[in-house]
Amino acid sequence: MKYMLLIHSGAVDADGGAAECTVEDWMAYDKEVKDAGIFVSGESLADLVTATTVRVDPTGDRTVTDGPFAETREVLGGFYVIDVPDLDVALDWAARCPGARGSGAIVVRPIADFAG
Amino acid sequence: MDERAAGPESPLGAPGDGSADGVRGASVEASVESVFREERGRLLASLARRFGDLDLAEEVASEAIEAALVHWPVDGVPDRPGAWLLTTARRRAVDRLRRDRTYAARLAVLQVEADRADPAPPADVGDDLPDERLRLFFTCAHPALPAEDRGALTLRCLAGLTTPEVARAYLVPTATMAQRIVRAKKKIREARIPFRVPGADELPERLPGVLQVIYSIFTEGYAASSGSRLQRLDLAEEAIRLARILRRLLPAERELAGLLALMLLIHARRAARTDADGGIVLLDDQDRGRWDRAMIEEGRELVVAALTGGAPGRYGVQAAIAALHDEAADVATTDWPQVVALYDVLLALTPSPIVALNRAAAVAMRDGPAAGLALLDELADEPRLRGHHPFATARADLLGRLGRRAEAAAAYREALDLVGTEPERALLRGRLRAMEAAGAPEVPGAFGVPGADPTDDA
Repeated sequence: MKYMLLIHSGAVDADGGAAECTVEDWMAYDKEVKDAGIFVSGESLADLVTATTVRVDPTGDRTVTDGPFAETREVLGGFYVIDVPDLDVALDWAARCPGARGSGAIVVRPIADFAG
Repeated sequence: MDERAAGPESPLGAPGDGSADGVRGASVEASVESVFREERGRLLASLARRFGDLDLAEEVASEAIEAALVHWPVDGVPDRPGAWLLTTARRRAVDRLRRDRTYAARLAVLQVEADRADPAPPADVGDDLPDERLRLFFTCAHPALPAEDRGALTLRCLAGLTTPEVARAYLVPTATMAQRIVRAKKKIREARIPFRVPGADELPERLPGVLQVIYSIFTEGYAASSGSRLQRLDLAEEAIRLARILRRLLPAERELAGLLALMLLIHARRAARTDADGGIVLLDDQDRGRWDRAMIEEGRELVVAALTGGAPGRYGVQAAIAALHDEAADVATTDWPQVVALYDVLLALTPSPIVALNRAAAVAMRDGPAAGLALLDELADEPRLRGHHPFATARADLLGRLGRRAEAAAAYREALDLVGTEPERALLRGRLRAMEAAGAPEVPGAFGVPGADPTDDA
């Protein structure tokens, strides 16, 4: 069963990384996920100032705006998709993620399965 | 009132248990299910474990029980009723899966993965059915489920209550409760909350959640937070029954012994807790001759088990406090120094302003109202005590005992604004009148505060 771990960072330092953990922490975690054979995909997102929002209204007109900016405290900083047997295992992997520490949080969401 | 409420503990849910339920228009299934209350829980747990789907398990468990009601009166009760029920239910499930191949394929995948996660599935049914209910306890109390639904799901799946019964217990419409249970089951299925017992390393983290669910069922039934009935005895009895089942499954867990002890020691006072008109009778004024001595004795033995062989836990300590009250002939001869000492231990285990409030009430009994009031005043800025009526009531009582009647009356009015249940309101109105009347008799001691009971330490 596939789960997405949405990595929400709380406090962000000057480089846009989560304040509570180091690059080494992330590299170690990434290696663990891949060595365990559960990695499906995962990306780290670029700084929020690079984000652009697109909306299309009913007439088909496109509105492009800069942002959104971090008005909310938590910013989606990246994700993993992992394939594990059940929610308990997924929660264990989420708990080990450096992004879960300090002011960060991991939201665990099952990937919808339309095959069944 | 529910027959079950007045009846003795019936560990096997004796037939006829639910016959007086009085659910108007109760379906056949409802009455059948109440006959097989505990069997249903065992059956459900085995089926959920086997098929990995609570809905399917519930459907075929009900069908098997219905089949039993048709066949057993004619053919006689089989030698191993549990095995009969499980075999019948499993056949029904297999039939259903044959008819719905897509569903079957999905469940098959689920099951392969579940077995991968849990490499030692129990041996097939032999003479003794493996008791799979422990898994179901942990699933129903899973922290990923909404806290308010864990108790409902536990009552539905493990206590064998029907959805209308659970709804009545929580004073919500059946449709609302049905919706909540469906949503919780959907999360179990779709987020795949496993049916598994946490490993020994996880147990210390997960067991308190299960105990909390049972205790919340007890407190919900005991000190109803709203509505006119002060005690909903049925829920308190259900919580005790669930704790007994769990204790058979985890006999070495001392905090579980403590929880069962705590509930028994409080529940032993049930007959004395309300008067003939349904009014509240506080610990000070209760007729202790009406306390259930056998239940107290059982609770005391469990307290010893809970506090022997390791560091004390919160339920064990609360049970010890309840035992001190239950052992005393009256309020005056209660061992208050020991009660205060136990509150000190409890406060170290679970630092909470509610525990501190209860400790202050006990100090007032040991050292006098002024000492208790001084401690309460230190707690006045605690956010959790603002809007907490037992705090206002405790202050009012101590002020009254110190003769500061105007301040006491003000504090009673404050408490009245906060209290939910009608019996508690009636009690406070009585105290307020006593304060306002010149030369009125003194109000009872500080331990007459509803919130001074250990039940209120949520």
